[in-house]
Order: sequence, then C-alpha cells, then structure tokens
Amino acid sequence: MTINIIDIRLHGRGGQGVMTSSYLIAEAALLEDKHVHAFPTFGPERSGAPIAAFARISDEKFYMKTEVYEPDIVVVQDPSLLSQIDVTAGLQQGGLILINTNDPNKADVQAIKQKRPDVKLATVDASKIAKEEIGLAVTNTAILGALCKVTDNKIIKLEVLETAVKNRFKGKGAISDKNIKAINRSYLEVTI
Amino acid sequence: MSKIAVTGDDAIAQAAKLVNPDVVAAYPITPQTIIVERFSDFVADGEVDTEFVCVESEHSAMSACIGASTAGGRVFTSSASAGLMLMYEILQIASSSRTPIVCAIANRAISGPINIHGEQTDQLLFRDSGWISQFAETNQEAYDQTIMAFKIGEHPEVLLPVAVGIDGFILSHAIEGVEPVTRELVSDFLGGERKSILRLDPDNPVSIGLLHLQDYYMEARAQVRDAQQRSKQIIIDTFKDWQKLTGREYNPIESYQMDDAEYAFVTMGSGAGNARTAIDELRANGEKVGLIKVRVYRPWFGNEFSTLTKNIKGIISVERAHSFGSPGGILGQDVKSTLFDSKQTPYMAEYCYGLGGRDCLVKEWTEIYNRSIQGFNEGENLPYFWWGVRE
Repeated sequence: MTINIIDIRLHGRGGQGVMTSSYLIAEAALLEDKHVHAFPTFGPERSGAPIAAFARISDEKFYMKTEVYEPDIVVVQDPSLLSQIDVTAGLQQGGLILINTNDPNKADVQAIKQKRPDVKLATVDASKIAKEEIGLAVTNTAILGALCKVTDNKIIKLEVLETAVKNRFKGKGAISDKNIKAINRSYLEVTI
Repeated sequence: MSKIAVTGDDAIAQAAKLVNPDVVAAYPITPQTIIVERFSDFVADGEVDTEFVCVESEHSAMSACIGASTAGGRVFTSSASAGLMLMYEILQIASSSRTPIVCAIANRAISGPINIHGEQTDQLLFRDSGWISQFAETNQEAYDQTIMAFKIGEHPEVLLPVAVGIDGFILSHAIEGVEPVTRELVSDFLGGERKSILRLDPDNPVSIGLLHLQDYYMEARAQVRDAQQRSKQIIIDTFKDWQKLTGREYNPIESYQMDDAEYAFVTMGSGAGNARTAIDELRANGEKVGLIKVRVYRPWFGNEFSTLTKNIKGIISVERAHSFGSPGGILGQDVKSTLFDSKQTPYMAEYCYGLGGRDCLVKEWTEIYNRSIQGFNEGENLPYFWWGVRE
C-alpha cells in the first residue's frame, strides 16, 4: 500500500516567517480535511541565518514523522539563498521549484534552470508584493498565493488559503486583509 | 467537530484548558515548552479559572505543584530536559506525597553537549520515581492522553502523578490535525472538580510528608508500589471510558500488524510512526513484521506485552534514549526481563537511535529490520547497537 504524499520544503532566513509558511500550508490543508505534518528545522535560530521548514500533505492518513529530504516542491522565500545553499538538493525528478525573485533572468535563477532542466521553475516577486501590500518585505504569506497557482490549486486552494490566513490573523485588524491582498496578487503575478 | 491545526505543545495546552486546572506552576525559561506559554495566554485572557504561579526554577515549580495538590487542587505543569533534572528531587516527593499532578513533557536531549532536540532519556530518568509515565505518538494522542492523565492520577485507587511525553520538535513544534472535544465532555469525563480524600485543611488538620525512618519508610514506599500496580486497571478503564466518548481507542501496549507477525519492532513515541511506515513497505514485500508500541511505560504492562509476543521469533527494540554502561537500552531492559518468563524466548536485537533529535528515516528502520533478521537467521541475539553513529 503506497500512500500519495506531497512533500514541500521551504527555504528562507531566520525572521522571514518560514515556519509560519509551513504552518499556513498545513492549516489550509487541514481545512480541506487532508492529513498533515508540518514543522521547521531548528538550529541556531539567528536572525538572517538560512533555515528550512517542511510540510507533508496527503489525502490519506499517514504516519511518517521524518524531515523532508526528497521534496516534490521547493519554495525559496529569499533569493539571496540561491547562491549560498543547494536549494534543489533532493528535489524529485520533474518536481517544482518556486522562487521569490525580482528578475527571473538573473544568473542564479538561470543556473538552477540549467542544473535542473527536469523541474518546473516558477518565479514571483513576492518581496515587492509584500512591501506594497503589507508594508514589510515579509514574504511568507505572499509567496503562498503563487504556490496555489503553480500547483493548480491541487495542494491547497486559494480561497482555502485565504481562510487559513484569516484564522491566523484573527483579531489583528487590517493585517489579515493586507495579507490576503498579497496572496491574491502573487497568485496572479507568478510566472512559469 | 472538524480538526484543529495545532502543534504538539499547543494540543497539550488546549487539552489543559478544557481541564481547567486549579493551579499551574511553571518556570518560564528554556528548556520550558510552549505548553505553559500558551496556557498563560488562556489565564491572561480569562479563558480558564486557573491560578498561574510563575516560579523561579523547576525545583520550585514542582514544589508549588505539590503544595497546591496537597491542598486539594487539580494541578498541571510542564517541563523538559534540564528542567526535569532540576525538578528531579521534587518529582520523588510528588509521588510519595501521592499528589496526582499532571506534567506534560516535550522530551528533549539532556546536556551535554548542549542540545534541545527530541530524545526520551529525560523522562526515562525518573522511571523509578513512582510517576505513571506515558508517551504519545501524535498530537491527537498527546491531547487525549493529557486529559486522561488527570482521571488516572486522581483516581482514589491511584493518587499518583502522571507524566505525558511528546518527542521534542518532532511533535512539540509540528502541526498536525487534532479532533477536539468540548469542555463539557471533559468536565463530565473527569466528574467535575477534583475530589481529594485527604488534604491540607485547617478545619481537619493532617500532616503530609513527614519523616519516615526505619520504622515506616518501607511501608510508605510499598504503598506507592501498590498504587502503581492498582493503576493498571484504572488506566485500562479510563482508556475504555475515553473510547466510549470519542471513539478513539487507547491501550497501554498498542499493536500494529501483530496478528500473524513473526518479528516485531518495539518502540515508544513518534518513532512508532516511522516504524509503521517501514512495516507497510516490508509487508508489501512479504515480510511478516509488526509493531508493539509502548504507550504506558510505567507501570509496565508485562502481561499485555507477553500476550503479543507469544508467537514472535524475534524482537527489535528501538529506543530514542540511552543508559551509559548498561547491558542494553532502558526500554530494552523491560522488554528483556518480560521475555525471560516466556516459554519460547524470541531472539532480541536492541538499538539506540536518534539521540539529540537525529533523524532516522523510514529506509533506516527497514535497514534496522534487515540487519536484525540476518542475525536472527544465524541463530543469534544481536548485541546492543547505537544506530547511525559515526565511528
């Protein structure tokens, strides 16, 4: 019996809310009655240090509780990581990588394309969207709209993600609406 | 009710909220868990009636818990790793004073070297203290077992403190779906407020925690021994009561794919999830392997364990804990001494794995299985082995 599980690995830097990204994915997936296990790697949690978080999602109940080493999807929240760590490490053949960048033609993005021609590469300027819509360059919510789009709403649906964001920012005023705007923009602006 | 998305820490805090304890006493600094941090939010927001006592050390935290419990209160706290070490002296007083405190533990490695990640050695170090000791595999189990712990500990036949452990980070910081229950259900399940038989009451003065010398010390310890034994039936009954209310089945010793199994993994906590996954894969290849998951470690349910191992050829005991200089693992010693009484003693392989939060992948569980079976087929027990250590 093999269970179909989607493994997502998110890369960012300490302070960018990478853990929250993985939690939001999990919270949205649960709203669709899926099964989840989502958690961050914890090392020395210095602000700015490269960190990763994971979300494991399935329509069926699963029991596995390891970290993710061979993800189906990689999300890179901070473009400066591309030249510092191997974000494609273990990425499945034909997998998907979603990168936050202001220029898909940049050398480090193109280098990934050359290194892994088998994977689908998507980009979105989540930093710009976050700055304009939220007022902060915190991309952890913004980039998830793009994730919904490039996975054809099959892993999490945009409207369900909106609900998860609303739940998470309940009672925190306008921040919820701002994040939802950012998500919707990244959904529209992501390119493959 | 639909599932809520919560970390293991949050699940336990939510469970404690429904229990609405009279007192929570805790030391808030590392290695404290998020459990009491979240719970202090509930106190500040007026969602519970609990008096939150923020103390200056874990030693004081457990002392305050004992004070509150001897005054008749329902008491909760949490700790981990070095926090438990500092609490260690008072943990013994909690059990000998027969205070049914519930302590949730995010099991973490102990120093040194300094490490804050998942490992069960911290909870196993007070194995001999008289505490009832349980482990959870999932956040749902952590939630349910926390609520049940109060009913077990406070039962007049028991009156012992109860520890519920979750693997640090693997559960404590990981989001899973948890099916919640209502406060009414919990209140009915626990039968309302705690009913203490003997407590510090100015109108009916008693003394608790007195000196017992050569004359009575052994009898006092024997009472804890007997309470541990009596707790077995109460634990089974409580698990059954919970199943009636929620549909969720709990057993002190859980089994998976054991009906026709020839070999069995034995483990505790979240590692059981990886063992299950490996078992599914091994079974797809025709291997007759199952899992024995020890949910309740103390008291030790030897009869229940033996029933499962009657027809087993080989046992593979895998634990996220260690005991230096020991002939084997900590859990392994219990397994071995249980098997000693069986008519046909199975082969045994013992592993220590995942110390300090080191991951052990599903394929490694399969490798552990294959390595063990090879030894068994050669007619050997395998010596205690630390899995994945670089030599």
